[in-house]
Amino acid sequence: MVSTQEGRSIRCLVSKVGLDGHDRGAHVIARAFRDAGFEVIYSGLHKAPEEIVQAAVQEDVDVLGISILSGAHDTLVPKIMDGLAEYDAKDDTLVLVGGVIPDEDRQELRDAGVAAIFGPGTSIEETIEFVRENAPER
Amino acid sequence: MSPDDDSLIAELLAGKHRALARVISKIEDRSPGYRDLVSALYEHTGGADVIGITGSPGAGKSTLVDKLAQRYRDRDETVGIIAIDPSSPFTGGAVLGDRIRMASAVGDMDVFVRSMSARGTLGGLSTATMDAVTAMDAFGKDKIIVETVGAGQNEIDVVRAAETVAVLVPPGSGDSIQTLKAGILEIADVFVVNKADRDGADRTVQELREMIELESGHGFETAGHHGSNSTRNRHGTVLDEGRGGADDGDRDASQQRWRPPIVETVATTGEGVDSFIGELGAHREFLERSGEGVEKARKRHAEEIRTLLREDLNATLETELDRSGGVETLAETVRRGETDPYTVADEVLAPVTDCLEELDADESDCE
Repeated sequence: MVSTQEGRSIRCLVSKVGLDGHDRGAHVIARAFRDAGFEVIYSGLHKAPEEIVQAAVQEDVDVLGISILSGAHDTLVPKIMDGLAEYDAKDDTLVLVGGVIPDEDRQELRDAGVAAIFGPGTSIEETIEFVRENAPER
Repeated sequence: MSPDDDSLIAELLAGKHRALARVISKIEDRSPGYRDLVSALYEHTGGADVIGITGSPGAGKSTLVDKLAQRYRDRDETVGIIAIDPSSPFTGGAVLGDRIRMASAVGDMDVFVRSMSARGTLGGLSTATMDAVTAMDAFGKDKIIVETVGAGQNEIDVVRAAETVAVLVPPGSGDSIQTLKAGILEIADVFVVNKADRDGADRTVQELREMIELESGHGFETAGHHGSNSTRNRHGTVLDEGRGGADDGDRDASQQRWRPPIVETVATTGEGVDSFIGELGAHREFLERSGEGVEKARKRHAEEIRTLLREDLNATLETELDRSGGVETLAETVRRGETDPYTVADEVLAPVTDCLEELDADESDCE
């Protein structure tokens, strides 16, 4: 048991969804996650919700980070959540949203199943800590 | 096997993507019970062609794999891709970036792309890769493509999982061809000079050709064997109708021995991908015709059995060590001058030896 445990590694998909070309933040997160010992799959820019669902399911990630700076979170995020549910992947995937999300939209995203929202100014350490503590047990 | 694992297997065999993904995770993590999973999947395998793609970093592996997958999908074949990237030796973390270049697979669940980190384990990668191939095979994929990390000893290991190995060589890599001689030449079934629109491609092809001719020793000319885009037509024609005396010689030779062809591709535009697919198919045909496929499979299974036995024996040894009071205690007796490491090793091993002989007998049964 002990010897097999060391194989476990937290897998994350860092994704950019929709018409939003700002990926500096996503790159910084991907790098920081890597340095924290996570396995990071980066989606690349301008992905459709279905593409992100496909990647999240196939890669069997523990954590799905969605970076949105376009303001279209209220349509794109629920689409991703529905897609995950379709493949039975919603319940044991920790979904995080990063970007500029107005306060009044946050509850809606949480209701859709988003575990946490990290706005501007969130420290990277805080994000990593949150992932470590909340990554689903499987 | 636990009931959870039972239903996982049933779901995988029923074609549920989530189940396949989860099984591969268990394989990667070496999580408890994974061996039973793989063992249960084994009887459902054998349907897939397994292709390994390797080459130096930046050679264009991911892009070419993407184009390959696209062509196979056009032919209504399902594709599984295992893309391996290096992991940090310091933190174990990794950024797995091959997926970005696999754009044409997007939105099509019948292309199942799985990124794997090398996880820096000793030889563990090749076992995990082979097991992941088994899972995809049992799932029912027609083609499984294993894309290795850019460089290092691992790639030769990983390639053991594949029936056909393609080695990508970027143009103008005169120096790296020197290094290819020792290792990669021996594992290549097909050479791909990718980025063939770049300067130096002709020279690279020429150098490779000379190398292959030296290697094969018989000096059969390659003219007519490649260089045409009608590779797909060539299947069958070579077999069914002789094209003169020289060809008979070629045919005889090709029945016993595979000479790696050289394909030129431009992965970004898809140029040459069809003839690449043709050569992959030709090699597949050769494996069946010559019986070498059987031989390869046998070798692969022998290697798997050996690896598993080594894992088992290691675990057994650890148990024996614990029973003898733990390695620390034994080390202390040596330090005090009461005994020596050789005697200790013999003593610890004695009860295991019987076990080992038993396992060896199992191995020869399976081979």
